[in-house]
Amino acid sequence: MKVEQISIFLENRAGRLADVTRTLSEAGVNIRALSLADTTDFGILRLIVTDHEKAKKALKDNGFTVGRTNVVAAEVEDRPGGLHDILSMLSTNGINVEYMYAFVQQSGKNAVLIFRFDRTDEAIETLQKNGVRIIPGSELYNI
Amino acid sequence: MVFDVQNETMPRDELETLQLKRLKYLVEKVYHNVPFYNKKFSEMKVKPQDVKSLNDLKHLPFTEKQDLRNNYPFGLFAVPRESVVRVHASSGTTGKATVVGYTRRDVDNWASLMARSFEACGVTRADIVHNAYGYGLFTGGLGAHYGAEALGATILPVSGGATKRQVMLMKDFGPTVICCTPSYALHLYETALANGINIDDLRLKVGIFGAEPWTEEMRHDIQNKLQLKALDIYGLSEIMGPGVGIECIAAQDGLHIWEDHFLIEIINPETGEPLPAGEKGELVITTLTKEAQPLIRYRTRDITRINNIPCRCGRTHYRIERITGRSDDMLIIRGVNVFPSQIESILLETEGLSPHYQLIIDRKGSMDILEVQVEVNEKLFSDEIKHLQQIEKKIMSHIKEFLGVTAKITLVEPRTIARSEGKAQRIVDKRKL
Repeated sequence: MKVEQISIFLENRAGRLADVTRTLSEAGVNIRALSLADTTDFGILRLIVTDHEKAKKALKDNGFTVGRTNVVAAEVEDRPGGLHDILSMLSTNGINVEYMYAFVQQSGKNAVLIFRFDRTDEAIETLQKNGVRIIPGSELYNI
Repeated sequence: MVFDVQNETMPRDELETLQLKRLKYLVEKVYHNVPFYNKKFSEMKVKPQDVKSLNDLKHLPFTEKQDLRNNYPFGLFAVPRESVVRVHASSGTTGKATVVGYTRRDVDNWASLMARSFEACGVTRADIVHNAYGYGLFTGGLGAHYGAEALGATILPVSGGATKRQVMLMKDFGPTVICCTPSYALHLYETALANGINIDDLRLKVGIFGAEPWTEEMRHDIQNKLQLKALDIYGLSEIMGPGVGIECIAAQDGLHIWEDHFLIEIINPETGEPLPAGEKGELVITTLTKEAQPLIRYRTRDITRINNIPCRCGRTHYRIERITGRSDDMLIIRGVNVFPSQIESILLETEGLSPHYQLIIDRKGSMDILEVQVEVNEKLFSDEIKHLQQIEKKIMSHIKEFLGVTAKITLVEPRTIARSEGKAQRIVDKRKL
């Protein structure tokens, strides 16, 4: 039920992000979702891509430090309170969100929330028990 | 103006006779009392009686910093431990400190050499000395302290830190002499201005600055800003502490080495061959009078040259020019000695760190800034910012704890630190010295 995310260490230098996108473009990998977290000195680019193995190899070959993490993709109705409902379930069960990002699907009906939890398995269980649909990786990569 | 006229202005031939007498005595003593020297002499097939002239010095073995570390802590003492009244240590870290012991007479000699040094700078009994060198295992604070007392001046044992309070004391107590690192002098100046204290409110006339390299430009800057005469002092804990050498106020040109106590040579750091006066090389010092821990031909790693031209102050002791560099990779950051290898071991001890790092030293205003760039590898990398920031904090606190220096830690991408000939360029010193 988990989704594979790759993360890339970036120094805060002009052109570094473009170096990543060029590498992925040349490898023929499409980006499904991304989030960029930054500090004064460095940033972490988190990506969900159509082919993470291919992306990882291309990035590594180009000298990037690449990590992989299991994240959870939850589907939520695109309406006011949609995210709040989910966060309430999680907080009731004492599950901490390390970070998250979101995107809206092309159909416009639903939003996809990408979560990194401190306790991933418990989080999935909680969400499913409360009727939240978890999008499997295979589906997400090919949206 | 000269504290010890007999010794400081002794004719050269008399001085050299005295040096030879002391050298012969020293060599006998270490040969019989220090196993380390006994072994070294035997390995080189030298006997104490082989020393017949000062020229024979070149046949004696060198002593290196590593020898002090290998004999840590008290292995080089030439007297029973009970005769040692004080112990100092260099900015030693992670168990690699270099320790020095002093007998009662060593401490007294040190005080009188520091008193000489103060007087050479124009300090008199009437002066108040603000001593901002750190007190403790570091020799700076106590060295200057006992010297000022031996001279009969009034000493303010302020030590380092609490700069705002220091400038208040300077305004209220009216010290006429300041002892600290040159960069701290500028820091005091800036702090004074920031706190509404005008330099005209202070009574400083002489500054005695050492423990870090500085330039002629920096001297002019300090003299203009602080309205005093800035003089250079030389010393190292392995030999004694501050007061091994001093610039005189009369010439303000090179540091007199107290040659009745220290025998100096300049060698080629590559070959170890002695170089004639005037040539640049590594300073090597033999302690002629030290009782607790005498050292034969200690390689200071400081690069300088000997000036044997008689000084207008009347002292006959040769001078060395200000230290212009090191023959090893030691850095002096805000007065603290730092070897890149020490940073390397801290990084290696910090879990998951690759040994690819670079030290960037710069001077912002008057303060040295140390930046440690560390390459991130996959083991270290995390997709969470807080983990990476924790690593930065951990390295920073380890460096602070072991070296006493605050460093800015920057994580950089792998293979971004330039390698030359397969080896990384470890140090980028942007300070203009």
